[in-house]
Amino acid sequence: MSNTNSLSYVRKEMLEQQPAPRSQVGFTRWMRENLFSGWFNSILTIVSIFVIYKILAGTLPWLFGGVWDATSLEQCRTILNERFGNTHYACWAVLTERWNQLLYGFYPETEYWRANLAFFLMLAALAPVLFDKVPRKMLYLTMAFPFLLVWLVWGGAIWGVTSVAVGFVLGGVAFKLVDRFGSMALSAIAAVAVAVVWWLLIGPSVVEGLNSTLPLGHLEEVQSRDLGGFMICVIIGISGIALSLPIGIVLALGRQSDLFIVKTICVGFIEFIRGVPLITLLFTASLLLNYFLPPGTTFDLTLRVIIMVTLFSSAYMAEVIRGGLAALPKGQYEAADALGLDYWKAQRLIIMPQALKISIPGIVNTFIGLFKDTTLVMFIGIYDMLGLSNAIRANAAWNGIYWELFIFIGLVFWICCFAMSQYSQWLERKLRTDHR
Amino acid sequence: MTTATNTPEDQGFRLSQLIYDTRYRSITIQVIAMLAFMLIAAFLIRNTIINLSALGKDINFGFLFNRAAYDINQQIIPYTSDDSHWRATLVGLLNTLLIAFLGCILATVIGVIAGVLRLSKNWLTARIMTFYVESFRNIPVLLWILAFMAVLSEALPAPRAFRGEDPAASMWLWDSVAVTNRGTYIPAPVWGDGSVFVVITFLLSLLGIWAFGKFSQRRFEATGQILPNFWIKLAIFFVPSILVYFVMGGPITLSYPELKGFNFGGGLHMRNSMLALWLALSFYTGSFIAEIVRSGILAISKGQTEAAFALGLRPSRTMNLVILPQALRVIIPPLISQYLNLTKNSSLALAVGYMDLRSTLGGTTLNTTGRELECMLLMMAIYLVVSLLISSGMNVYNKSVRLKER
Repeated sequence: MSNTNSLSYVRKEMLEQQPAPRSQVGFTRWMRENLFSGWFNSILTIVSIFVIYKILAGTLPWLFGGVWDATSLEQCRTILNERFGNTHYACWAVLTERWNQLLYGFYPETEYWRANLAFFLMLAALAPVLFDKVPRKMLYLTMAFPFLLVWLVWGGAIWGVTSVAVGFVLGGVAFKLVDRFGSMALSAIAAVAVAVVWWLLIGPSVVEGLNSTLPLGHLEEVQSRDLGGFMICVIIGISGIALSLPIGIVLALGRQSDLFIVKTICVGFIEFIRGVPLITLLFTASLLLNYFLPPGTTFDLTLRVIIMVTLFSSAYMAEVIRGGLAALPKGQYEAADALGLDYWKAQRLIIMPQALKISIPGIVNTFIGLFKDTTLVMFIGIYDMLGLSNAIRANAAWNGIYWELFIFIGLVFWICCFAMSQYSQWLERKLRTDHR
Repeated sequence: MTTATNTPEDQGFRLSQLIYDTRYRSITIQVIAMLAFMLIAAFLIRNTIINLSALGKDINFGFLFNRAAYDINQQIIPYTSDDSHWRATLVGLLNTLLIAFLGCILATVIGVIAGVLRLSKNWLTARIMTFYVESFRNIPVLLWILAFMAVLSEALPAPRAFRGEDPAASMWLWDSVAVTNRGTYIPAPVWGDGSVFVVITFLLSLLGIWAFGKFSQRRFEATGQILPNFWIKLAIFFVPSILVYFVMGGPITLSYPELKGFNFGGGLHMRNSMLALWLALSFYTGSFIAEIVRSGILAISKGQTEAAFALGLRPSRTMNLVILPQALRVIIPPLISQYLNLTKNSSLALAVGYMDLRSTLGGTTLNTTGRELECMLLMMAIYLVVSLLISSGMNVYNKSVRLKER
């Protein structure tokens, strides 16, 4: 009681809420914390601003002052000289003139729709694999897509690819039928046998007969050497990606297995492939493969490249997946054994879903690496985008043009690879089940 | 209380056990795998033999000792076109190793700086580094090599621009470095009489630094006193070598590049092909190393830093004794594979005409002798050995920093 009296002043009413000091809110605070928190940071900021200014001042006028409409570098320079008095600007006209070549290579212009259709079909076929919200029915399209791709891009009658597809279907049917006897190995052998018999003995004659009597869906044939540009990168990249994952899984399992011979073969293969540069394998494909095949066999350079790229990235894939397998606690293997699952069931239901989830970032990085490595086909005479940029430069009209082409090519690759890495991060977040 | 102990009757070995009995199945699978492997190998080898004999060729590495008859524009060991293919291969291999070595160093420097700066509190710097990492990682290295080559050969001044009273271009660093579109000229050391002693002293002082480190560590463990290690090591590094240098009367001099006629002479000529390859590989690999370094630092939980502070360690010692040793364990294995990738990517030298192993053995030698099979096999074997050597060397280091678990 007396306490109250002894105090000289007691505030009776609440103070109005005051705004925070100017230096502690909004942009000022953000600047103080993020840009000028100390002398070192301030120097960094000033250096950074200087660097950004230098880069932008050097490139922005060049980028946006460029000419889009000309037929040669000479003409570009004339236009720029008229407009600005100097030629320190881009000549984007090379892209207006040659964009179709950069994208499609030497594919016949009247057939561009086929490449476009194949590209959109690819996106549609990928959708159900990438996103689980997409209707599952679309998976049929995914299964049919490889055959559609070959038919659309290379042309010819539809019967050739159909026959290959029929071989797979027959193999699948055989597998189902024999599976009732309960032996995985037996049904696998039956499936392979039926498919091979169809492909080698029955299929070719059927295809020939159908081709002569009923040439359905005949598209103009396009040779492999006419493929090029972005298109060949996508074809090689997507085939390599689709094939290297299963092969990589098998190799990883082989490397983890207790079977000595299987393990030795897998380790030898993986270490050999990882030890040599891709370019030597590509040269092997273009120079040496004829030595290794029976006399008289020749097959398509694109196909050889796809095989080599697939083998190359499957070795890396195997190591990535092995990392995932090793990261899995031993209890998971033991639990699967305790449930009485056999090896393949345990792998399919318990081990692989978890191991693959752990290795998603590595798998996608391998995919990105593979996609970027498709540029190396330039060295063995396939005109990918970089090869075409050299070819364009060899033309008198565009001699001496570098940056416009490089920027275009770089941008295309950047978009594809960045999209892949963003997808992998999204998938990782989605599959994270540990409630962090 | 009867337990089911009746074992199945031993019916002897049945053929079906090869598939159904786990005891025998593994043998069956292995035998099948071995047979398949040998069949494939036999098929390939047989085809090769048939194809080679059809072409009238044999497998013979004798051509390696014939006259190479081509020039190599960058040689670390003396080489003329009269030397053998074998020596040309060696020159190419040394060029490959040179670019790999230089590239690994520069890539590590760039990667560590970029990785640390990407974690910086400075928003702007972190964004710039993110931009660098994302742009280099997502664009093929071949494109970067070609782009760097284009910068060097198109955007730089020609040697003739350095001529005259009022030259359009001038040399850098007090007239010692000339950057031209034909390559960069830097001062070269000239080893005079007695320079051997300076080099020996320098090597001995390196040994001294190592010995001093051991001594200081033992002294610290015995007495708890910390010497000013850094300054003493710095002194050992510089003082003896400089003393010997002056005692011997300055035997090592520099030869500076000079403009002679239409080109530069003297000094060390670094070709554009090498520079472009070196810079492109370093910046490309550096962007991957930056990510590795960043994730390595992020992998160390904050509790470690706080615990070190609670023990009273200063920030620098916290970094050296607590954070770095743990982060290195996370960083080193992926770093090794980046070094290997850089070494393998150096085979893209072909794009800019740098004469590495692929361009000598797998390029000119292969084309002039027509021995594809031998050249490719030898080249793959060399790359394989180099890769295995690098990875085993780095693995030894990795073992030494790995967590010692009981």
